[in-house]
Amino acid sequence: MRQPGRAAEIKAIGIGKSFGSFRALDNLTLDIGRGEFVTLLGPSGSGKTTFLMILAGFVQPTEGRLFSDGTDITDRPAEQRAAGMVFQGYALFPHMSVEANIAFPLKVRKQSAAEIKRRVGEMIERVGLVGHAKKLPAQLSGGQQQRVALARALVFEPGVLLLDEPFSALDKGLRGQMQAEMKRLHQATGTTFVFVTHDQSEALALSSRVAIFNHGKLLQVGAPNEVYERPANRFVAEFLGEINMLPLKGVRSADNGATALCEDRAISLRGSAEGIDGNAILAIRPEYMSIASEATPGENGIAATATGSTYLGTATRLDLTTKQGARVSVSVPNEVAAAALGNGNSVWLTWPAEKGFLLPDGGQ
Amino acid sequence: MKGYLSDRMGAALLMAPLLLFLALAYAWPFLGVVKWSFTLPTPGVGQYEALLTDDLVQSVFIRTLRIAAIVTLVSVAAAYAITVVWVRGTPTQRLVAEFCILVPFWISVLTRAFGWVALLSNRGLINSWLQAVGFISEPLALVRNEFGVIVGMTHFLIPFAVFPLASAMRALDDRVLLAARGLGSSRMRTFWSVFVPMTRSGIIGAAMIVFVFSLGFFVTPAILGGGRSVMVAELIYLRIFQSPDWGLGAAISVVLVLFVGALMALLFRYVRPRQLI
Ligand SMILES: Nc1ncnc2c1ncn2[C@@H]1O[C@H](COP(=O)(O)OP(=O)(O)OP(=O)(O)O)[C@@H](O)[C@H]1O
Ligand SMILES: [Mg+2]
Repeated sequence: MRQPGRAAEIKAIGIGKSFGSFRALDNLTLDIGRGEFVTLLGPSGSGKTTFLMILAGFVQPTEGRLFSDGTDITDRPAEQRAAGMVFQGYALFPHMSVEANIAFPLKVRKQSAAEIKRRVGEMIERVGLVGHAKKLPAQLSGGQQQRVALARALVFEPGVLLLDEPFSALDKGLRGQMQAEMKRLHQATGTTFVFVTHDQSEALALSSRVAIFNHGKLLQVGAPNEVYERPANRFVAEFLGEINMLPLKGVRSADNGATALCEDRAISLRGSAEGIDGNAILAIRPEYMSIASEATPGENGIAATATGSTYLGTATRLDLTTKQGARVSVSVPNEVAAAALGNGNSVWLTWPAEKGFLLPDGGQ
Repeated sequence: MKGYLSDRMGAALLMAPLLLFLALAYAWPFLGVVKWSFTLPTPGVGQYEALLTDDLVQSVFIRTLRIAAIVTLVSVAAAYAITVVWVRGTPTQRLVAEFCILVPFWISVLTRAFGWVALLSNRGLINSWLQAVGFISEPLALVRNEFGVIVGMTHFLIPFAVFPLASAMRALDDRVLLAARGLGSSRMRTFWSVFVPMTRSGIIGAAMIVFVFSLGFFVTPAILGGGRSVMVAELIYLRIFQSPDWGLGAAISVVLVLFVGALMALLFRYVRPRQLI
């Protein structure tokens, strides 16, 4: 058995899971490094929970192998894997006090009473539950129950902590607070964290890497800025946040990048256009686009008309339509928006070449 | 809490016709019984004094409590095992368990009591088989005694214990059991330290129902006890229809009803009525 307190390194190779004829997970390969904070992100039904359950040992994969620190644990029962797990809805023991809930994994491991007392006390302090030790879960608020679940899953120093949408039942303020607290716990314990969410901003804010799921397939794995700025496909691009798409024609490779025609204007692109055949989609995040009153020679840009605006406080969101009818939204400083709207709504839309990326035309 | 209260109001309204029927069919005649207990054969509390001194009455009460306690213990334990299979087993196991739970309801209590006599009597199936195989030379006394009564009553009452247990088990969140396993607890340990405590309200409900039913049992003890293990209900019958000593029979009835009432009050302090269904 592994030593407690040491972060685990997990390798999933070719994991597949079928429920009858339904394919919940398909050929999933993922390496999770020691002490990493990996987030599984995807829409409802994409297989995130199923994968987490396979990691925990509650669900047996139909194909594939699972390794922890180099040992094959695919057939090892859940109680011997001893991954810490925080369930959606907490799953606390309702008949046990906060203290007894947290002590449970230590009692199961037959630790001495003195040791249990010391570690439970430490954990209660660490998650900020001092004064609540004798209460039953039903007597706690949602946020406090969440802390008990975290404490219970961490007290036996598991190599990996699995969290299934732990904050989905909390209100926004508490959510932010718990996210910060979890980041702190991750640093303090150094344990490997695997975290499930379908909230993209939560995923980007917390993780060292994000794994994006859809329909049981792993679409892309990468650091938050990587998946946000260089998404592998249209689904990832759209799932991670708002994105503008402009149709391109005549895409051709050129020195350090590519060139293309966007609404009959020549534009330049960074990154390779390999595998793209003439037509493609140019994708750019709204915050990387800006507007000007007229074209600057040598810079990417097209003409557009402002059709509406939304005042956001820190900025204004402008909705634009290009000459050929593509809809685009841009986030600009408030006074820029006012000027644009005062100028007969006709604007020049520009973006830096390195902030746009190519997606294949049509489909994914 | 608020929802629970308004639920209760709604439930009370729905139950009103039934409550009225129960009042007319049971409460009214029972008042007559109370009256007898204070007036027959002479007015006063003489019958209740007799209860306290009558050795037979006391031994019957003690036997009734003892049998009820044993039957409760055995029925609830057996029902618990069946219910676990019924609620958490594979589809086939569930079907078999459901069959075992429902079939007894289709056979009358009288038929079942005589069925047990046929099985347990000196020339019954069990004794003949044991003798044929050579395990025993003399037949075992399996019937016309407390053992027979306990067997028959347990068999009758197990299905009644199943329902409160099943509702408690169904209410249990599967993830809590998974959580226990994930935290390192074996199947056995998870069963004893999480599953069983979490179904406590069902166990209390089942035990109370079985115990209260047992106290008033008549047919099964009368047949399987063969007049030798008389329980309270049979004693009341004997006092009223055979002795006849209506006053004493009525007084025993009143004591029994009060005792059962007190038990029910205790039950509903621990378990909400809806948890019993
Ligand atoms: N035991 C099961 N039997 C049959 N189908 C299942 C089972 N468990 C999961 N599925 C199916 O597998 C798919 C993936 O489910 P999963 O719970 O992993 O999704 P998820 O990504 O966690 O979604 P959510 O964000 O809604 O929690 C779903 O379509 C679900 O219906
Ligand atoms: Mg899920």
